[in-house]
Amino acid sequence: MVAKLGLDGHDRGAKIIARAYRDAGFEVVYSGLHQTPEEIVQAAIQEDVDMIGLSSLAGAHMYLFPRVLEILNENGVNEIVVCGGGIIPEEDIPKLKKLGVKEVFKPGSLLEDIVKWVEENVKPRGETN
Amino acid sequence: MMSDAVEKVIAGDVRAVARLIRDIDDRIPEVREILKELYAYTGKAYVIGITGAPGVGKSTLVDQIVRHLRKKDKTVGVLAVDPTSPFSGGAILGDRVRMQRHSMDEGVFIRSLATRGYFGGLTQSTRSAIDVLDAMGKDYIIVETVGVGQDEVDVVKNSHTTVIVVIPGMGDDIQAMKAGILEVGDIFLVNKSDRDGADKTLSELRLMIQMSQKKYGEGKWKPPILKMEAAFDKGVAEALEEIENHRKYLAESNGGQNFERKKEKVREELAEMVKGFLIQRVFSELTESGEFEKAVESIVEGKSDPYSACDNLVLPKIDK
Repeated sequence: MVAKLGLDGHDRGAKIIARAYRDAGFEVVYSGLHQTPEEIVQAAIQEDVDMIGLSSLAGAHMYLFPRVLEILNENGVNEIVVCGGGIIPEEDIPKLKKLGVKEVFKPGSLLEDIVKWVEENVKPRGETN
Repeated sequence: MMSDAVEKVIAGDVRAVARLIRDIDDRIPEVREILKELYAYTGKAYVIGITGAPGVGKSTLVDQIVRHLRKKDKTVGVLAVDPTSPFSGGAILGDRVRMQRHSMDEGVFIRSLATRGYFGGLTQSTRSAIDVLDAMGKDYIIVETVGVGQDEVDVVKNSHTTVIVVIPGMGDDIQAMKAGILEVGDIFLVNKSDRDGADKTLSELRLMIQMSQKKYGEGKWKPPILKMEAAFDKGVAEALEEIENHRKYLAESNGGQNFERKKEKVREELAEMVKGFLIQRVFSELTESGEFEKAVESIVEGKSDPYSACDNLVLPKIDK
C-alpha cells in the first residue's frame, strides 16, 4: 500500500511510485491524501498488504512514521514491512530505522532500485527470509 | 468440529477475513475446505452490484451508499474490483481513495480486488469473497466493477440488485458497453446530471430499456432511471430507496419468480465453479508439465492445428 499521511498534499511522487510497482507486477492499494496513521493501519489490515510505503514531503515524518509502527504494534500486526520516502533529512534516517522503518528512499532514488529493494526484502504473506 | 478460520470469520475477526480473501485470491488449495464449511453461514447479506465505465463515479456512489446505510445502522462490506495490467500483471487499486471516511468504522469492511487476467477466475473469487463477508455478518455487500469485461459483468449479474451508472453524453458508450449489460441492470443512474445532455441520456436509456420490454413485461420489475449527483449526495437516497423497492419486489414477486431467480443464480454459480475448477486442474497440469508450450510450438511450426492440439491435450485428461 502506498500511503499519504497528514496535511501533506503532494502526491505526485506517491502516484509515480505506485505506478512503478504496478509496472513491476505488484498489486498496489493507494490510500489517497490526508490519512491518519490509524486509517492507514486499518486499511492495511483490511487489504492484508505485505508492505506500507509512506510518502512524506511536508516534514512530519518523525511523528507520523513512528505512529504508524506503533499502531500496527497495538493491533498485533508485526509482519507488515514499513518503508518511507520523500523529503527526509539524512540525519533522520538512522532514527527512523531504529524505530522500525525498514528502509527510507531519498529524492533521486531510482524507481528500479526502489522496486528491486522490495522484491528482495519483502516476502509475501509475512514470510521471513 | 468447526475450524479455527471459520470460527474467526463468523465472529467478525477482520484480520482473519482479510487473510481468507487473500487466500481465495491466491488460490491456496486449503481454502476450499474452509469455504465449504462457511457456506452454511451465508445467504443473509443483500448483495448490490454497481457497474459502469471508468470515471462515471462508481466509487463516489458506493461511498455515499455506505454512508446512508450506516445511518440506518446497517453493516456494509465493499468489494472494489480494479483491472490488472495485462502487461505486468500488476494493478493500482485506488477505489479506497473515495471511501476514506469509512476507514475507522468497524461496521464497514472495504477490500480491493484485482481482476488478475483471464485465468484469474474473477467471478469465482469475487463470489467466494462475497460469501466470506456474508458469513462475517455484513448486512449489505456492495460489489463495484468496471463493466467492460465479461467477467466483470458476470460479477454484478450475481448480485441481488444490479445498478448501472452512466454519465451524460454517454449514449453511444452505453451501446458499446458489454452486450447484455443493459439487460442485467435493475436500476439505472445518470450521475453528474448537472452536466449538459443529462435529459438526453435519460431518454436514450428509457428507449433502450423499452426496447427490451419483453423482459420487462407485465408485473415484472421495470428498471427505474434516476438522475444523480453522487459527489453532492443528490439523488443517492432516492437510488437507495429504489434498491429497497427492488429488494421488496424480489421478495414478494409471487414467490415463483424469486425462486426461479435464485435457482438461476445457483445454476450460474455452479457452472462458473465447475468451469473454474476444470480450467485450474487441467490447465495448470498442462502448463506445469510443459505440454501446453510444446503444443504452442507445434502449431507455430505448422506441424499441428489448434483443434487437434486441443484434443490431444485435453482428451487424455478427461477420458477416464
